[in-house]
Parts: sequence; structure tokens; C-alpha cells
Amino acid sequence: MGNFGVQFRRDLLVAIRGRTETANPIAFFVLALSLFVFAVGTDSETLPRVAPGVVWVVALFAAMLSTENLFHRDHDDGSLELMLLDSRPLFLGILGKLLAHWCVSGLPIAILSPLAAVFINAPFEIIAILVGTLLLGTPVLTLIGGIGAALTAGLGRGGLLLAVVVMPLYIPVLIFGSGACYRVLDGATVTGPVLWLTALLAGSITLAPFAIGAALRGSQEY
Amino acid sequence: MGSIKDVFHRMGSPRFFYHGSSVWVRGLYIVGVLGLIVGSFWGLALAPPDKYQGDSFRIMYMHVPSAHLAEMVYFACAVAGFVYVVWRMKMADVFITAAAPVGAVLTLLSLASGILWGMPTWGTGWVWDMRTTSVLVLLFLFFGLIALRQAIPRRDRAAYSVAILALVGVVNIPIIKYSVDWFTTLHQPASITFANEPTIETSMLWPLLVNTIGLYIFIAGVILAAMRVEVLKREQATEWVRAITRGMQR
Repeated sequence: MGNFGVQFRRDLLVAIRGRTETANPIAFFVLALSLFVFAVGTDSETLPRVAPGVVWVVALFAAMLSTENLFHRDHDDGSLELMLLDSRPLFLGILGKLLAHWCVSGLPIAILSPLAAVFINAPFEIIAILVGTLLLGTPVLTLIGGIGAALTAGLGRGGLLLAVVVMPLYIPVLIFGSGACYRVLDGATVTGPVLWLTALLAGSITLAPFAIGAALRGSQEY
Repeated sequence: MGSIKDVFHRMGSPRFFYHGSSVWVRGLYIVGVLGLIVGSFWGLALAPPDKYQGDSFRIMYMHVPSAHLAEMVYFACAVAGFVYVVWRMKMADVFITAAAPVGAVLTLLSLASGILWGMPTWGTGWVWDMRTTSVLVLLFLFFGLIALRQAIPRRDRAAYSVAILALVGVVNIPIIKYSVDWFTTLHQPASITFANEPTIETSMLWPLLVNTIGLYIFIAGVILAAMRVEVLKREQATEWVRAITRGMQR
């Protein structure tokens, strides 16, 4: 368990001590939500209907934008190289880093989402499923975003490049996540999409760290 | 003795590839264009009009092959990505570099022809049905491959990163397809099916097959030609490429 714990603890400490940077995804989440309200209007018919989708899209953007600096600092100060040279399994180290990152990006967003849902007049019955799907879905976003972040590590131009690389891979998570919320609104069962999200989570936990490891090796080798 | 390994090594040599492929490009172009002419004439002029769609279905002879080829090109890129990641074979990367823009153009072509086909038959250019949506995502995946390569200045790292991205993408394609299928069946009751016409007449099918095979061969030629250009670009410092360019200037 060594590498996992070390990376998790270290990244979490770095995140907590650098407060503003850590608060950025959350601030973005709230700001972007209110932008949507300004654009769509406060019509009591449309706003509740688009609310679950809007919360999901904004959560997705927040997750994607925050993965951008997942490996940047480590690449710059050389600790990434040390992690790759470590004889302990890289898989666990990467998983620890990603978990720490999720704790300060996806998790707070999922926790805040009931508040956000109320904020944009989402119907009450979707709040439980919204939190549930975000808890299942945001780790997948972090894992997939990690692949993009590893591929672009040290290039000094994340941003839109990361979006182009990663967003097509986000589509299934978005479809099942917001789909589950709309199923609740329509009074249908949510087992299908929730099981799918769980499957995506299990699949990406097992596969994404390998891709991230390979991509990081590539970023250091050359 | 050891001939397979020998061929493998020579295939990996840009110089051998360049000299060996010139005949192939010409041959593939000729056969491919011939196939496309025969298939298109057959499909556009000789095949019977559709009972429900009249003549507008004939755009299928361009739409279906390009959509199919676009997917195949992506799979080929992923296979090449695997070859690059495992054996670091330079030519595999040359293939991805050359094929990704070709695949993106094919995807655009199938989307554009789909919109043109949709206007008279569906009454609207764009419908979020399963196939349109997954082809659109395929276009995004191609854009990702191209953008990532453009963004990484060091060629060997770009090659490695793009190869990994192609592999990640191909693992995701079935998941994306399934999710899009789920999405469209949820949001969209089956309002647009080819009414009572689930199968295709053999007289309409033959030209489609000819056109598809023709496009396969033609695209193989296009990618091969693009690979030759890419090889020349990459090996421009070597003596054998200089000899070629000197010959061209004369």
C-alpha cells in the first residue's frame, strides 16, 4: 500500500495548504451555474427541466479544468520523475494522486450539488440521484481527465488542448449521469444508468492508471 | 531464413518503404477510382429508385462507404498505435500521422452527406440519432489525435502520446456507442426508421459493395501517398532523400 498512501497524503496536503487553487473548481462550479441561469432565464417552466443537465455539464467542466494541473507541478519540480523511478508499483501511486485530486475537486462538487440544485430551481426529487450520480461519475471524470493531463504534462498548454483530447471520452459519463436524473423526473427506474456508471467507474479504476502511467513515462522519456 | 523478421525490419525502414510504395500508390489509385466510377454509375444510374425515398436514397452510395471507412481508419490508427507502443516502429507513427486527417475528412464527408440526405427524407438536416451522434464523436476523436500531435513539439514524444490516445479512444468507442444508443432511445422514440424497409434490395446492394471496396482501395492509396510525403519530411536530412529532391529540382 506504500506508494498509494504516500502520494495520497502528499497531494492532499499540497492541495489543502494551497487554498485558493483548491477552491477554484468550486468557485468555477458556482459561477458557471449562475451564468447558465443568466443565459437561460428564470422561467419556472424551463429552468427545472434543464437544471439536472446543467449541473452535470458544469460539474464536468469543473472536473476537466481542474485535472489540467494534475501533473504540472510535479513535472516541473521533478517529483514526477521520482515517482516513475520508484520501484513500488506505479499503478498505486497514480491511483493515490488521483484520489487526492478527486477529494478536492469531484467530492466537494458532489457535496455542494444539492445546494446548487436548489439554487437553480431543480425539482427536489432529483437531488438524491444527482448527488449519487455525481459521486459515481466524477471519479470517472478524474480518471479519464488524468489520461489527458498525463499526455499533455509539461507542454505548458493544457486548456483547450486537454478539452479536445478528453471531452469525447467524457460523453458516456455525461449521458448516463444526467440521464439517470431525467429518468427520475420522468418517473422511470434508474437502475440501468446507475449500474452503467458503476461499471464505468470500475473499468476506469482498473484501466486508466495503466494508460496514465504509460503516458507519464512517455512525458519523461523524451 | 528468418525471412518474416527480415520483411518486418525492412517494412520499418522509411527508405525501403518509400521506394517500394511508389508502384502501389499508382496501382491503388487506378483500381480505386475505377471501382468508384463503376459503383457510382451503377448506383446512380442503373439501380432502381427506392419505393419510399425515390432517387434521394442514392446519396447512400457515398454516405455509407465514407462512414464505414472513417471507422475503419480509426481502428487502423489504433492498431498502428499498438504497434508503436509495443515495438516503437517508426512507420506505425507515420501511418497515424497520415491517416488521422484522412479519417477526419471521411467523417466530415459522411456527416455532410448525411445532412444532405436527411433534408428531403427526414425533413431536417440533423437528428440526434444513434449513428449521427456516434459519427460526430468519431470526428471529435480524430480532432483529438490531430490536435495532440500538433501540440507536442518533440516528434518521438508526440508519436508515443498520440499512439496511447488512439488506444484509449478505441477502448472507449464501444462504450460511447452504447451510451449514445441508450441516449437516443431514451430521448427519441423510433420516429425515423426506413418505414417497413429494414432490408436492402440486392440490386441496390451490389453497387454499394462495389463503391465501398473501391473507396477502401482509393483511401489506401491516399494514405500511402500521404505516408510517402511524411517520410520525405521526416528523413529530409538523410542522403537518400537529398538525392531524390536533387533529382526533382533538375
